[in-house]
Amino acid sequence: MMKRALPAFWLVVLLTVPLWLQDQYALHILITTGIFIIAAMSLNLLLGYTGQLSLGHVAFFGIGAYASALTSLGFDVELLGGFRVVHESWPAVAGFFVGVVIAGISGYVIGRLSFQVRGAYFVIVTISFAEVTRLVAVNWVELTQGPLALTNIPPFTFEFPGLGSYTVWSKTAYYYLVVAVGLVAYIVIGRLVGSRIGRAMIALKENESLASSVGIDVTRYLVLAAVVSAAIAGSAGSLYAHYLKIIDPDIFLFIYTVTMVIMVITGGKGTLAGPIVGGIIFGFLPVIVRSYVAPAVQWILYGGLMVLIVFLLPQGIVPATERWIAGWMHGRRKPPAVGWANGSEPREQK
Amino acid sequence: MDQFLQHLANAVILGGTYALLGIGLTLIFGIMRVVNFTHGELYAFGAYIVYLMAAVLGVNFFIALAVAVTAGVLLGALIELALLRPLRGADIDTVMLVMIGAWIVMQNTELLAWGGVAKSIVTPFPETPLVIGPVSISWLRVFVLAVALLLIVGSYLLIHRTKLGKGIRATFQDRDTAALMGVNIDGINTATFALGSGLAAAAGALLGPVFLVTPTMGDLASLKAFAIVILGGLGNITGATLGGFILAFVEEIGAGYISSGYRDAMGFLIIIVVLVFKPTGLFARAERIG
Repeated sequence: MMKRALPAFWLVVLLTVPLWLQDQYALHILITTGIFIIAAMSLNLLLGYTGQLSLGHVAFFGIGAYASALTSLGFDVELLGGFRVVHESWPAVAGFFVGVVIAGISGYVIGRLSFQVRGAYFVIVTISFAEVTRLVAVNWVELTQGPLALTNIPPFTFEFPGLGSYTVWSKTAYYYLVVAVGLVAYIVIGRLVGSRIGRAMIALKENESLASSVGIDVTRYLVLAAVVSAAIAGSAGSLYAHYLKIIDPDIFLFIYTVTMVIMVITGGKGTLAGPIVGGIIFGFLPVIVRSYVAPAVQWILYGGLMVLIVFLLPQGIVPATERWIAGWMHGRRKPPAVGWANGSEPREQK
Repeated sequence: MDQFLQHLANAVILGGTYALLGIGLTLIFGIMRVVNFTHGELYAFGAYIVYLMAAVLGVNFFIALAVAVTAGVLLGALIELALLRPLRGADIDTVMLVMIGAWIVMQNTELLAWGGVAKSIVTPFPETPLVIGPVSISWLRVFVLAVALLLIVGSYLLIHRTKLGKGIRATFQDRDTAALMGVNIDGINTATFALGSGLAAAAGALLGPVFLVTPTMGDLASLKAFAIVILGGLGNITGATLGGFILAFVEEIGAGYISSGYRDAMGFLIIIVVLVFKPTGLFARAERIG
C-alpha cells in the first residue's frame, strides 16, 4: 500500500503547488529547478544506469536550447562555399521537437565516437565536446549572435483545432508545462531502465566484459542510452530557452554540468528519485545561500559539499534513506553503516 | 613566410610551458590514475603567487618565481595527503568527483581573494624585443622558454637518473611488485603529485607575466593539459613534451590562418580525433613512464 500511496501523494503535491504557492519568485525558482531536474534525470540515465560519467552533458542541454530557439526564430546563414540556408520561423512547439531530435542526433554521434573509450578518456572526450560546442556558439555569430545572445525567443503556443490557441505566458502555466515534460521524461526513463534494455545497461555497468560475453551488444546499448539521455536533456534546454526568452553561449558553461552531476550524486545515482531529491536541494540551496554570501562563497560551499558527500554519503540520499527506513521497519536490522567511497571492495591495484 | 616564422617562434615559446603542464599531468595521471581537475588551478595558483610576490609585495621577480614553484609543490602535497590518500582504492569516478569539488573550491577561493579583474605582472625585462631576421620575440618570452626547457630537462633527469625517479617508474610499471620490492607507494604518490603540481605552478608562474592572471585561467589549462597527455600517451614524458609543442603549433597556426576565435577549440578537436582514431596516443610504445 505504501508503495502506491507515496507516488500518488507526491503527484498531488506536485500538481497543486501553484494553488497554494502564489509567490511569483518562488514559482520562478521552481520552474528553473524543474528544468534542471529534467536535465539531471537524463544525466542519471548515463551516470547511474550505464556507469558512464558524461561531463559534457550541458552540450545536449545547450544544443536543445539553441536548436529550439533558432527553429522558432528563423535564421539566414551562409555556409562554406557560399551555400545559403534560410529558415523561416516556425511555431515554438515545433522548435521544441526539433530541439529534442537534434540533441538526440548529437547524442548518437557523440555516443558512436566516444564509447570507443572508457573511464577517464570518455570523461575528457565529453568535456571537450561541450567546450567545442560552446566555442561554436560564441564564434558562429551569423547563426547564434555569439555573446550578444538570441533574444525575443517566442513562448510556446498550443493550437487546438476548432478551439483556438493557448499561449504559455503565465508562470503557473509554465510550471505545469515543466511538470508535464518532467513526468514524461520520468516515465520514459523508468520504463527504459525497468525493461530488458535497462537490465542490459545495468549489467554492463556492473561488469562490462561479462555482459558482452553473454551476448549484450555493449556499444549498442550505450549509444541508445546516450541518445535517450541527450534527447531528454535537449527537451530541458528547449524549455529553458523559451522560458527565459534569451540564451547566450554561457548556457554551455561547465558549471551547469557540475550542477547536474552534483544533483545526481547527492540524491543518489542509479535511482529514479535521486535526481529529483538532489535537484530540489541544489535548486533551492543557492537561493537561500545567495541572500547571505557572495557567489564565490556559494560555489566554494558547493564544491566542499560535493567532496563531503562523496566521502560521507557515497550512495546518495535516496538509497541511504531507503536503507534507513527498511532497517527501521524491520526493527532488528540496524541500518548498515555508510559504505566506504563507492561502497565496493577496493579495486584491483594496477 | 615571414608571418609563418613568427607563428612558429610563438608556438615554440608557448609549447615549452604547455610541455611543463603536460609532463606534470602525465606523471599524475600515469602513476595515480587520477584525472586531476585541480591541475589548472595549480597553474593559476603559480601565477597568483608571482603576482602577490612581485606586484603586491615588491619582491624580486626571480625570487617570486622560485617561491611560486615551491608553493605549488607544497599545495600539491597537501591535496594528495588530504584528499587522495584517504581515497586510495576508490573507483576512478569517485576520485574524479572529489577532484571536481576541489577544483571548484580552489577557483572560487582565488576569485574571492583576488576579485574577477585580470591582473598583470610587470617584469624586469627590457621592452625592446629580440629581433632575428623577420621574427621578433620579447626578452620575457625568451626567458620563459629557457626556464621551461631547463625544467623539462630537469624532470627528465629526475625520472631517469635518481632513486626517486626509479621508484616512480617502477610504481608505474607494476604497483604491487614495486611495493613488494620495498618501494614506499604512499611516498611515491605524494612525491609524484607534488612534482606534477610544482610543474603546473611553474607553467602558470611563467605564463602569468606573458598573458594576464585571471581566476578562470586554470579551466583551459586543465583541458589543454589533458589534450597534451592524450596526444603524447599516458605516462610518456617525451610524448608530453612533444605533445605540448604540437598543441601550441596547431593553436598558433589555427589562430593565425583559420580563425582566432577557434584557437582554444584546437586542443579539444585534437583530443577527439586522437582518442577516436589512436586512443593510445601518437607516441605510444608500450605504456610506460619515461
